[in-house]
Amino acid sequence: MIPRHQTVLFIFLLAASIIMGVLLWNQLRRAHDRLLRGEDSAPTQAPQVAPAEQATLMVANDADNTVQPRILSLPLPQNPEARGRAILGKLLDLYAAPDAAHPVPGGASSIEQLFLVPIADSKGTAAPDGSELAVVNLTGAFVAGHPSGLETESLTVLSICSTLNANLPHVTEVRFLVDGEPRATLAGHADLTRTYLTSEDAVAAGGGL
Amino acid sequence: MAALIAIPASGPIFAQAPAAAPRFVVVLDAAHGGDDAGARLGSEAEKAYTLALSIRLRSLLMARGFGVVTTRESDTALEPGSRAQIANHANAQACISLHATESGSGVHLFVSSLAPVQNAHFDARFLPWKTAQAAWIMRSLSFAGVVNSALSHATVHVTLGRTALPAIDSMSCPAVAVEVAPEQSTDAQGPASLDDPDYQARVVDALAAALVEWRSQAREDREQ
Repeated sequence: MIPRHQTVLFIFLLAASIIMGVLLWNQLRRAHDRLLRGEDSAPTQAPQVAPAEQATLMVANDADNTVQPRILSLPLPQNPEARGRAILGKLLDLYAAPDAAHPVPGGASSIEQLFLVPIADSKGTAAPDGSELAVVNLTGAFVAGHPSGLETESLTVLSICSTLNANLPHVTEVRFLVDGEPRATLAGHADLTRTYLTSEDAVAAGGGL
Repeated sequence: MAALIAIPASGPIFAQAPAAAPRFVVVLDAAHGGDDAGARLGSEAEKAYTLALSIRLRSLLMARGFGVVTTRESDTALEPGSRAQIANHANAQACISLHATESGSGVHLFVSSLAPVQNAHFDARFLPWKTAQAAWIMRSLSFAGVVNSALSHATVHVTLGRTALPAIDSMSCPAVAVEVAPEQSTDAQGPASLDDPDYQARVVDALAAALVEWRSQAREDREQ
């Protein structure tokens, strides 16, 4: 024999479950309708074309082991990370061209990601001058296809670092990843485990390449 | 018995018997080796080219009275740290890392891109392993100048640069990386082959001449 109070409790819980189920179903239908209405009424905006801006590419040349500035007019996004990635993509497009003075296959798609991280001291306080570390994530295909050699690898690293510094002056340090992982060298020579300094003072002092 | 006298394949090769007087020791590091073939140079791998270059230069230097330590004498794999370890144990007065490539032309001469250590922080007994070369940058730049002069005198086109090469960065000696590329051609036929015996001989002779000059400068500095 089930006690009376347990029967009442069971009926109460059953009723509560049914009411909650109905409310949930109702909410689900409303959300679904709202989503459909939103999709229908969403205006189809034409993609905004960013205004063309001047960007300085530090272009490498294997013949004389130099990196020379070349100013181009490019449509660039406002977000610094997207901007840096677009500029580096253009730089690598130049290297992938058939008549490149520093031939490296791959092109713009070789820059998988670019992250900008504020440089902090040992206490975790950001540097007062706002200097940033750029983390360049290259694709494995780019590294696999990069010609092996001290000069060619050093020029690739140098041109990426100095191009970032020329267009994003707050970037004073650069680190490299390949497919999101640290890699010992670019193609057997240039060290990818160290942090490269890009500021002019550092380069003048021998800290950069 | 053979096992007792066998020399480890990956160990340093001391090509000069120890002498009573302190010798002017040069370390020759033939880049790559073993599984690490380096760049592809036509039908040859960079590791074989650098080894042949190292052996040839070693012979020339020994004939001129140098103590020569090579990081490898056969096709063996060596980590960058092991190369630096061999160089640092040799207490060398000059270290040359030998490379080869088909890109560019002439000889590419590199010094470590580490920032020079300020004198106030210099302590030769305790150097950070990964940046040991920082204490030797100024000497390495002087050494690169001597090598540049010798190569230019031998009509070899030279390009100078700084690079981040782990083996060099850990060396505590005046160190340069020499990358041999095909000779710059004056006619329209493009760069010559790396295999040209005359070109190879000129490069090796120029490197030997540079080391003779570097030894003379070191002796003059010591006497002053």
